[in-house]
Amino acid sequence: MSSNTDFLLAVEDLTVSFDGFKAINGLNFYMDEKELRVVIGPNGAGKTTLLDLICGKTKPTEGSIKFRGKELTKLPEHRIVWEGVGRKFQTPSIYDSLTVRENLEVSYPRGRGVWGAVAFKRDEALREKTHEIASVVLLAEALETEAGLLSHGQKQWLEIGMLLMQDPALLMLDEPIAGMSARERELTAELLNRLAGKHSIIVIEHDMNFVKQIGRKVTVLHQGTILAEGDMETVQSDRRVIDVYLGH
Amino acid sequence: MNAKLDFLDGRNGLVSLLVLAALILIVFPLAMGVDQLNLTGRFLSFSFVAVGLVLCWGYGGILSLGQGIFFGIGGYCMAMFLKLEASTPEATAIQTTPGIPDFMDWNRLTELPWFWVPFHSLTFTLLAILVLPAAFAYLMGIAMFKRRVSGVYFAIITQALVVILTILLVAQQGFTGGANGITDLRTLKGWSINTDEALVTLYFITAVLLLAVIVLGKWLLHTKFGRILIAMRDREDRVRFSGYDVANFKAFAFCIAATFSAIGGAMFTLQEGFMSPSLIGIIPSIEFVIFAAVGGRLSLIGAVYGALAIGFLRIAFAEAYPQLWLFLMGTVFIVVVLFLPMAWPGSTRNMRLGRAAC
Ligand SMILES: Nc1ncnc2c1ncn2[C@@H]1O[C@H](COP(=O)(O)OP(=O)(O)OP(=O)(O)O)[C@@H](O)[C@H]1O
Ligand SMILES: [Mg+2]
Repeated sequence: MSSNTDFLLAVEDLTVSFDGFKAINGLNFYMDEKELRVVIGPNGAGKTTLLDLICGKTKPTEGSIKFRGKELTKLPEHRIVWEGVGRKFQTPSIYDSLTVRENLEVSYPRGRGVWGAVAFKRDEALREKTHEIASVVLLAEALETEAGLLSHGQKQWLEIGMLLMQDPALLMLDEPIAGMSARERELTAELLNRLAGKHSIIVIEHDMNFVKQIGRKVTVLHQGTILAEGDMETVQSDRRVIDVYLGH
Repeated sequence: MNAKLDFLDGRNGLVSLLVLAALILIVFPLAMGVDQLNLTGRFLSFSFVAVGLVLCWGYGGILSLGQGIFFGIGGYCMAMFLKLEASTPEATAIQTTPGIPDFMDWNRLTELPWFWVPFHSLTFTLLAILVLPAAFAYLMGIAMFKRRVSGVYFAIITQALVVILTILLVAQQGFTGGANGITDLRTLKGWSINTDEALVTLYFITAVLLLAVIVLGKWLLHTKFGRILIAMRDREDRVRFSGYDVANFKAFAFCIAATFSAIGGAMFTLQEGFMSPSLIGIIPSIEFVIFAAVGGRLSLIGAVYGALAIGFLRIAFAEAYPQLWLFLMGTVFIVVVLFLPMAWPGSTRNMRLGRAAC
């Protein structure tokens, strides 16, 4: 507990109770700069809730979340984003009525105040950034497409692209490959491996093959607490993990 | 096409704007007598409110059933100025206290209330028409949007506020003229507003202001602010977690709509010659929403046609069957709010794009 400022993210004694049901229960969770961490666990383990707490969607009952030494639990959602935390939701959350380009532009971290948005002008830097990110998430050809018309997998990529526009220090991806074809999964794994050196990333995933492709350090959540943590082999051979999660 | 005019939505946008301009600036004045033109001018004043609703409801997803509040603020501010001008000591010499509005004297007031005093100044009045509604909308907006009040709850609260406002206006007779409102308005800086000539001039001012407000609205929708409005309607949480304070954006859209409404209210007072609580209550507030909905909800220009169409229909129909008219309006309201949640079927593409159909 002494120098948790060295961590990018330090979650300590975190508890959230929904009408007495503790979805997260005394959780401690630490992450280094530029780390890629996979969080797995059975349905209802509290994975999504953990991300909700970090990004401010849910306020904890107890405990602290420090990001680069700064307490996040007291900040409103948009300020947590300003600190450098980006969140992808479990169901793709994009703006169906806007084009891919507009989706990306809206996520660009300039003109975030009302007046800033009214006065906002597209410039060369934005155009370049939009292009760059669109290619990273394999949507360069689809820039002028209405986002609602994209395939499910492409929507997932678009949302990742929207996060990348913000250039966040920490990317939190909730089941990014849900609904993707095998090919799309492969491409996503490549994408995450490429991003890994540049951002810290938390990925929540169920698909163990996918986890193996990107997995470095894995955290297993169960009933709101950490059951095991370590590299893939350690976790896979852990008795309790096999019992509650991998056994089937 | 000139890039500076891009925000008019290209050729089609420009054409539909010009068609509307030609209609209200040339066709109507040529085809109509003064009385009819004056009536049309009043419908045009309503359409300021509808245009504002297209912005905040159609694009921003904020349904307000209380726009009468802002129409009323604009209308009453203008009426207060005109009333003071009409209440010179000479004109009111027979009163117990000459020099104050007649209804105050009837209610045994012996002094002009403090909040009436600045309305001696036209500059103050014009500023108040623009700033007061925005300030009030901002307070309302921040109070509710920061607490995440939205959707039906927001609509109901705005409706309740309209009721409170009209009750206050009626109850505070001495300050507001009560249920009769502020009547007997005659001159604006010495210029009589009741002559045929004045009515025609006022009509043209209304029409030009309306076109200006539409162009301003189109420009706003074309900025990043406009895209964020659409984004919030599509997925509020995503906007929030992209680093925007959603409440501020909603409040701003609501303020713009409020100021537009107030301009309409002020022009209405000038053309009607009075302002009263019945013009801003629940029913007018709901009608404003119907105008916007009939116009397609996402079209600033359509909102004007909505207001005109319902206005003329009412003249043709409601005089003969007043009860039926009310039921008809009620039905239209329910249908447009529940079953046509976006726009006319023909404009679905535009609706998806979130861009004005015309
Ligand atoms: N707002 C809430 N109110 C009440 N209960 C909640 C709330 N949010 C989550 N829960 C409960 O907390 C538990 C953890 O849910 P969470 O969504 O975090 O699970 P998860 O690990 O993401 O599961 P999955 O793999 O199915 O996505 C579940 O039992 C859920 O029902
Ligand atoms: Mg989940």
